[in-house]
Amino acid sequence: MSYTGVNAGMVICVADDPGMHSSQNEQDSRHYAIAAKVPMLEPADSQEALDFAKIAYELSEQYDTPVFIKMCTRVAHSQSIVEKGERTEVTKEYVKNPRKYIMAPANAIARHPFVEERTAKLAGYAETSPLNRIEEGSGEYDFGIITSSTSYQYVKEVFGEKVSVLKLGMVNPLPVKLIKDFAAKAGKVYVIEELDPIIETHCKNIGVDVVGKEKFSLLGEFSQKTIADAFGLEKKENVCLDTAVPVRPPMMCAGCPHRGMYYVLAKNKLTVLGDIGCYTLGSMPPLNALDMTLCMGASVSGLHGYNKAGKDETENKTVCVIGDSTFMHSGVTGLINIAYNQSNSTVIILDNSITGMTGHQQNPTTGKNIKGDPAGKVDLESLCRSVGINSVRVVDPYDLEQCERVVKEELAKNEPSVIISRRPCVLLKYVKPKKPLHVDPEKCRGCKKCMKFGCPAISFRDGHAVVDNTLCIGCGVCASLCPFGAFESEVE
Amino acid sequence: MATKNVMIVGVGGQGSLLASKLLGRLLVDEGFDVKVSEVHGMSQRGGSVVTYVRFGDRVYSPVIEEGEADFIVSFEKIEAARYIRDLKKDGTVIVNTQQIDPMPVIIGNEKYPENVLDEMKDKGVHVDAIDALSLADEAGSAKACNIVLMGRLAKYFDIPYEKWEAAIEKIVKPNFIEINKKAFSLGYNN
Repeated sequence: MSYTGVNAGMVICVADDPGMHSSQNEQDSRHYAIAAKVPMLEPADSQEALDFAKIAYELSEQYDTPVFIKMCTRVAHSQSIVEKGERTEVTKEYVKNPRKYIMAPANAIARHPFVEERTAKLAGYAETSPLNRIEEGSGEYDFGIITSSTSYQYVKEVFGEKVSVLKLGMVNPLPVKLIKDFAAKAGKVYVIEELDPIIETHCKNIGVDVVGKEKFSLLGEFSQKTIADAFGLEKKENVCLDTAVPVRPPMMCAGCPHRGMYYVLAKNKLTVLGDIGCYTLGSMPPLNALDMTLCMGASVSGLHGYNKAGKDETENKTVCVIGDSTFMHSGVTGLINIAYNQSNSTVIILDNSITGMTGHQQNPTTGKNIKGDPAGKVDLESLCRSVGINSVRVVDPYDLEQCERVVKEELAKNEPSVIISRRPCVLLKYVKPKKPLHVDPEKCRGCKKCMKFGCPAISFRDGHAVVDNTLCIGCGVCASLCPFGAFESEVE
Repeated sequence: MATKNVMIVGVGGQGSLLASKLLGRLLVDEGFDVKVSEVHGMSQRGGSVVTYVRFGDRVYSPVIEEGEADFIVSFEKIEAARYIRDLKKDGTVIVNTQQIDPMPVIIGNEKYPENVLDEMKDKGVHVDAIDALSLADEAGSAKACNIVLMGRLAKYFDIPYEKWEAAIEKIVKPNFIEINKKAFSLGYNN
């Protein structure tokens, strides 16, 4: 797309997650903009997110290029006051232009000079664009700061108007003269940027001596405290307690259908390759049911490789688990690989009929589109059979006995198989909770077998289990676990 | 006006996001510059959650750091303790006395620390503890705990009662406005 350009505005929004609040790595997306030779804008608050989006579309049209907008956690997950503008509608005719849009080598070779010229023009734009601005300080400090994104907010929080700041709203390509002029006036210059030293390296490449990563970490996210500490400013007085507070990690909800299947997998001490979704929480105590989680789809493709290498050693005691939504995203390609290249693998699809973790988005298996309107519905059983899996079974994860039996049977088979563990997410509106269970303290012997299930509605007080009736949805799986019949459900 | 900082902390699913939305809405209507920021991600599944609300003439950072919070509103007892380092020396903790066991306690690996509120008081923290769950039940829904606590926070603010009610009307779904107004008044008056 960088080479073809666009025939109308094209803006790609990406968000980095320094601190990894819900990510599995701390990658810096600015590298992609550099690699693709595509301009990248970096807003620092909600107003800039809106303003920059409009500018990004204009730049895209004007320079015939896709444009990145790079968000980060603290910009994406914060809300501040926004003045809205007028919406502008733009229409363009489609014009057939094979030399521009068919990227066969002969055409691509001809487009590369265009890309380089465009980058040079954009670098010129960066020198004078309002996206990049110098805020003159009062001169209280004898240094200047070059920064962008949320780091700018932290700098202003700490220094206010007391220090000169070059705030960069366009991080690719970066200006040269603007930085040199700023540095010449400021004297000593610090570069404050989260993650990798992109601005810092650019400054050094153009002969501007700056201090960056030797003072500010490559790791994690910053805050006003990061900056105050780095400059040795006075700490704020606070109170600390001597008591240690137990961690409160996220966990699967009470009544979560995933828990039943995980209980069975953990009980049978299977090796379990996991995937990305609520069910990654099966890795947490007390179930500790997962061996690996990498990225979306890696459970299925990983299982194939694991069993190809391990053969008889692994095939009958290893499964993978993947949610319905993740399976549609990138699990089915791995399953085709399993069927086509025949590894004796058992894939478990945890079908809770929704995309749970990210907030209940529909997916191609639910029969509704992202707006909730009727849509084509993928039939998982038919899909799995059609790619060449002959053994496809469906189980109810609330039925532990059935789950255990089917998992054992499928693992014993000498062919690839799929088990669909199907029950809708308990947070779906159409799933009506039953009455909470309660524990008969006379029957409970305090064996703690139910505590191994890891249901947040069950705790242990004064020698026996108790059910929190604000959390319990009456799924009743605990009752099937208890050897003494101590969990009782109210008659409805 | 110097920036004021309110932290709303609790357990995923307790409604801290709605509380921060209410507070944010009110403060915008009052003419302040406001930043509301949260990180939910995995933490909506019963994990510890924290929301920052900052307001003043001009707010820069979206986060609240050690020793900066004027108020910590905690929806659960030990969550108040978890974030106490962020409270200003003379700050106030408004805390729901409800106990929700985290998983390490449920599975018996750790003990629930019962006395954290006393320890805070011993260290000179102003602790305003209320049984918000009972008051929410009295209002008609255990889920209105969040608004009970907002009612208690309102006592410390110099903003007229009617303005808070108006903000509730804007934020809460029509069917739940009356329950939430009652919850708010119970938090404010008890």
